[in-house]
Amino acid sequence: MFDKLKKAFGGAEEAKAPKAEKKVEAAPAETKAPAEEPKAASAKPRIGYIHLSGCTGDAMSLTENYDILSTVLTDMVDIVYGQTLVDKWVHGTFAEEMPEMDLCLIEGSVCLQDDHSVQELLMAREKSGLICAFGSCAMTGCFTTFARGGQQAQPKHESFAPISQLVKVDCALPGCPVAPEMIAKVVVALCNGDMEYLQPAIDKAACNAGCGCDVLTNIIRNGLCSGCGTCALACPTRAMGFSEGRPSCDRDRCIKCGSCYAMCPRAWLPIKRIKEETGL
Amino acid sequence: MVLGTYKEAVSARSTDSKILDVSQDGGIVSALLCYALDEGIIEGAVVAGTPDEDWRPIPTVVTSADEVIAAAGTKYSMSPTLSALKEATRQYGLEKVGVVSTPCQTQGLRKAQAYPFTRFVADKIKLIIGIYCMENFPMASLDTFATAKLGFDSLQDASKMDIGKGKFWLTKDGEDSGLAIKETHGYEQAGCNICMDYVAEWADVSTGSVGSPDGWSTVLTRTGDGETVFKAAVDAGLIETKPMDEVKPGLPLLEKLAKGKKDKNGKERDKRAKMGLPLPVEY
Repeated sequence: MFDKLKKAFGGAEEAKAPKAEKKVEAAPAETKAPAEEPKAASAKPRIGYIHLSGCTGDAMSLTENYDILSTVLTDMVDIVYGQTLVDKWVHGTFAEEMPEMDLCLIEGSVCLQDDHSVQELLMAREKSGLICAFGSCAMTGCFTTFARGGQQAQPKHESFAPISQLVKVDCALPGCPVAPEMIAKVVVALCNGDMEYLQPAIDKAACNAGCGCDVLTNIIRNGLCSGCGTCALACPTRAMGFSEGRPSCDRDRCIKCGSCYAMCPRAWLPIKRIKEETGL
Repeated sequence: MVLGTYKEAVSARSTDSKILDVSQDGGIVSALLCYALDEGIIEGAVVAGTPDEDWRPIPTVVTSADEVIAAAGTKYSMSPTLSALKEATRQYGLEKVGVVSTPCQTQGLRKAQAYPFTRFVADKIKLIIGIYCMENFPMASLDTFATAKLGFDSLQDASKMDIGKGKFWLTKDGEDSGLAIKETHGYEQAGCNICMDYVAEWADVSTGSVGSPDGWSTVLTRTGDGETVFKAAVDAGLIETKPMDEVKPGLPLLEKLAKGKKDKNGKERDKRAKMGLPLPVEY
């Protein structure tokens, strides 16, 4: 199933505009083990979880899927890397080696002044088949965008960037935090190789910004808004109010997570999936 | 299928005079909400109310029959109703929520269920009652209809607002004034011009006046849940029904209007695409 995923992700690479220096791409295919044949034991995808600059909310959301978590962890995936989940991570000395991963979930933005974070992210790109920006901090920078540095114990730490600034991302899941149900549905889709379900997240892979203004510039300004209220439902900080039937973002409350625009039915609409789920 | 997937189409009316006194047409939305609340199918619902009785819709959480009846009647301006789902699930702590939604809102709800980006909200939506909708008007457009076109001193003088029989109606001092629908064209919000859904095709049960006689509503049951609730409300004696083929003007009119909306707005979509303007990305 991950071969299928990789192929699909690979196909979308060309669309990216060339940057000053080529970003570290996915691990070369040869390193992806000789297990071309799907074998029961070795077919379990190797998952990594890297915690950069975020509040651990996304990891907590992941673990909130109590009902499926034990099955996922025992039967469906191997978590091979992660400080919080398996107590395995590359320490500051880099003495320990990062294992090969099929998929690496990355929570949090990357602090450009923190060499360890930068190195861990770049290393993860080399070691992982797929990188998922897991949660808004990794995807858009979210509230870490407002960091200004000047704080103990690292006054120099001021630039917290979405991870797509440094590495090629394969798919992105917004949310502050990502909703537990969303994580469960993505896990199921991943395990089933359900590309169609993941496509919106794949299409958002290169995303590096989000804001309440997105509904203004992309929806209202394009004559698409119907005033339905989904954006206000999506907003985790209640920054979205309404004026004349149109969303109006309170920028002092907006944390730039991008949830409002992701939820807007006039931004994108999963027609096929809705029909499948409802039978309509 | 121009009316979307549905199990059954019937003409129906509430049997409760308290509902019929305030309802727009057959009182189906209010009757279904009251029944679902009574039976514990839902603990509350989010609807478009007008707490200030000034025709300005405000998303409202209702948890009792009295509150349902207080919010009854169609509003012809935008209500960001789905925003109140957060209030319903977080402040009110409701575990089972009903929603009264226009077609565009139904799309937002179904998308939120298919891609639940907002934690612990979508799973609490237990009943989606869709209402037929051709288009929606900014408040300033309604003011224009009342003052500039119908000669009212103020929109606030109107005691009832309705669209039917080819006209936009305002009632003042018991007297109805009608404005030809084509006089309202160009006053609807732009977002409505690309909508291809007239009959809330993704709701559990959809309803509206078109197709049925005055005082009655045309009901389309769509999902198993929608069918179950509607049939139970009928069995409980809260709703009376007539077969669609026994009423005038009947289903053909509903189909004609639904197709008309798709044709007209399909052209608008083509036009926008040709200009290089974006449309919702469809997956």
